[in-house]
Amino acid sequence: MPKRSKSNGEAADGRESDAAVEIVPFSDEELSHDSLGLSRDQIIGMYRSMMLQRRFEERAAQMYGKQKIAGFLHLYIGQEAVSTGSAEAIRIGEDSVITAYRDHGIGLALGMEPNACMAELFGRQDGCSRGKGGSMHYFSKDLRLFGGHGIVGSHIPIGTGIAFAHKYKEDGGVCLCFLGDGAVGQGAFHEAVNLASLYDLPIVYIIENNQYAMGTSVSRAFAETDFYKQADGYDMHGAVANGMDVFDVYRAMTEHVEMARNFQPSILEVRTYRYRGHSMSDPGNYRTKEELDSRKDDDPIIRLKAYIIERDLATNDELDVVDEEVKKVVLDSVSYSDENPFPELEEIYENVYAQEDYPFLN
Amino acid sequence: MATLQFREAIRAAMVEEMERDDRIFLIGEEVAQYNGAYKVSEGMLDRFGEKRVIDTPISESGFSGLGVGAAMSGLRPIVEFMTFNFSFVAIDQLINNAAKIRYMSGGQFGVPIVFRGPNGAAGQLAATHNTSTESIYATIPGLKVVSPSNPDDAKGLLKSAIRDDDPVIFLESEVMYGMKGEVSDADDYTIPIGKARIAREGSDVTIVAHGRSYWLGLETADKLEKDGFSAEVIDPRTIRPFDIDTVLTSIRKTNRCVIIDESNPFASISSEVAYQIQERAFDFLDSPVLRITARDTPAPYAKNLMDYYMPQVKDAYDACRKVMYVN
Repeated sequence: MPKRSKSNGEAADGRESDAAVEIVPFSDEELSHDSLGLSRDQIIGMYRSMMLQRRFEERAAQMYGKQKIAGFLHLYIGQEAVSTGSAEAIRIGEDSVITAYRDHGIGLALGMEPNACMAELFGRQDGCSRGKGGSMHYFSKDLRLFGGHGIVGSHIPIGTGIAFAHKYKEDGGVCLCFLGDGAVGQGAFHEAVNLASLYDLPIVYIIENNQYAMGTSVSRAFAETDFYKQADGYDMHGAVANGMDVFDVYRAMTEHVEMARNFQPSILEVRTYRYRGHSMSDPGNYRTKEELDSRKDDDPIIRLKAYIIERDLATNDELDVVDEEVKKVVLDSVSYSDENPFPELEEIYENVYAQEDYPFLN
Repeated sequence: MATLQFREAIRAAMVEEMERDDRIFLIGEEVAQYNGAYKVSEGMLDRFGEKRVIDTPISESGFSGLGVGAAMSGLRPIVEFMTFNFSFVAIDQLINNAAKIRYMSGGQFGVPIVFRGPNGAAGQLAATHNTSTESIYATIPGLKVVSPSNPDDAKGLLKSAIRDDDPVIFLESEVMYGMKGEVSDADDYTIPIGKARIAREGSDVTIVAHGRSYWLGLETADKLEKDGFSAEVIDPRTIRPFDIDTVLTSIRKTNRCVIIDESNPFASISSEVAYQIQERAFDFLDSPVLRITARDTPAPYAKNLMDYYMPQVKDAYDACRKVMYVN
């Protein structure tokens, strides 16, 4: 595979042309599930996944209010099309995924058990990280979710190393490395992206641009707010997708994953929006109610639901059945977590080292 | 046995382990085409090729994190820092990621990785190139910290570090790279992490000294011997976990202890060891534990100031005499 060949959007001089980079909105003609090769079952599955993420987090927020959950809780609500469209575009369990602390959505989208996920938020022994990670640290070795990381930008070199290992082992896998817009300001991002391009690593850096790094809007934080343009500085492909449209995310991700399989790393900026605060303590005073409401009008779940009904892929009643089933799964995860014991105190010394007899000070 | 330089012993450990296990690779600045800034990796590119001996840009955070991700994926990276002073621009990767991912993931992902390179003072290099990092890394649960004092230990301990399933900070010394010593060439020669070595037996005072300070300890013991005193010299070899039991056994015999540690003194290895000694061997002590360290300042440039900054044999000798109440 020749280094740095561009799969599309290539201008005559071999450089990216900005004209090739645009947000492609939902369109009947261009983005139907047929044209994307998605079956009816896949569409319904994606709808269910998005509903599960939404309802799971709504319930988590409620449980936070009831003090069942403590610490930080960063909700993904509004961004579910990004996780769902991405998970659909990869070989789960063979490809790898890593993200920052807003990780419940991608965890559930990959197929993590809601019980284990909720129990982790509750800090219980059968949480997905044995109650030691909490909201920010979902991991699943089976699904190759490499975390759940709490320091902005810190996981991006790790994602690069995971891609390095895919190439080293020649196992055909790729790594999806999700990051927020705020992480673009960290040096670790730039170092990692440079290494990926230099070493031709099978990775897609997905910049989930939800417009705000905590309370700082992108325009207050970045001299260049078109994040896909970062790709140009590292001689890689960059593009934008509409994060409120699961089809557009899937379309773009499929293309970028294909590039990664051919050892062409790339940057995909996905423009999305989080409805809730940065974390539970954030009242969101930095944005207007009008702005928030206007973005909710563009809700990714409502959009997909409208599509499904319009195309007669399912009736409203049939989707209601899905909604009810998801609601039950989430409620069950809460009762499961309530009943699941807290970790034993001895557990504090487990998993610090692989060495069984490590002589801890006490 | 073979006579090897310190750097050759480290290279021998890496080469032997890489021959044994193709998951191991070496990555860092100038490790491949340049043959290593201090020639530790000389010849390794030719031997193993560019897939496994990998040059990086000046990008410590990037390549350290790359190592962590590769280790989580089942590879066994050796990450070389040109010096550990440069690890500070990557410290998030070491402290937040390498050390804690096993824990945060509830044991799902381990990070078997070695970060190695020269540590501590190396002459008139001024403040940013002379830091002793052992206490900074040793305070972090999840890391192991190793500091060999001689070529044989360097080889045996590095092979253990590479085989270890947890992240190991392996601290070498720029000024010791040329030091020669007898090194075992036994098949599969390893030295366990976490075991101190009684380098010299004695009965009047215990000297604890790791890394380069170990040699000050030996010189001090020689000097004391001329006065008719017998010093026991203990080389901890590993900083975390620290083999305190070997030190305590010695103190129960000598009832006195002097620690030599070229780190800055505050919250250092010497602080920790002295604390543990008073906690667990208080009744055996005939004198306060004393320590000889670098000054509580940044490292200076001027020669006379740098000499004054570093621990000296004379200081250690005086301290030993003091704990023995000899004027």
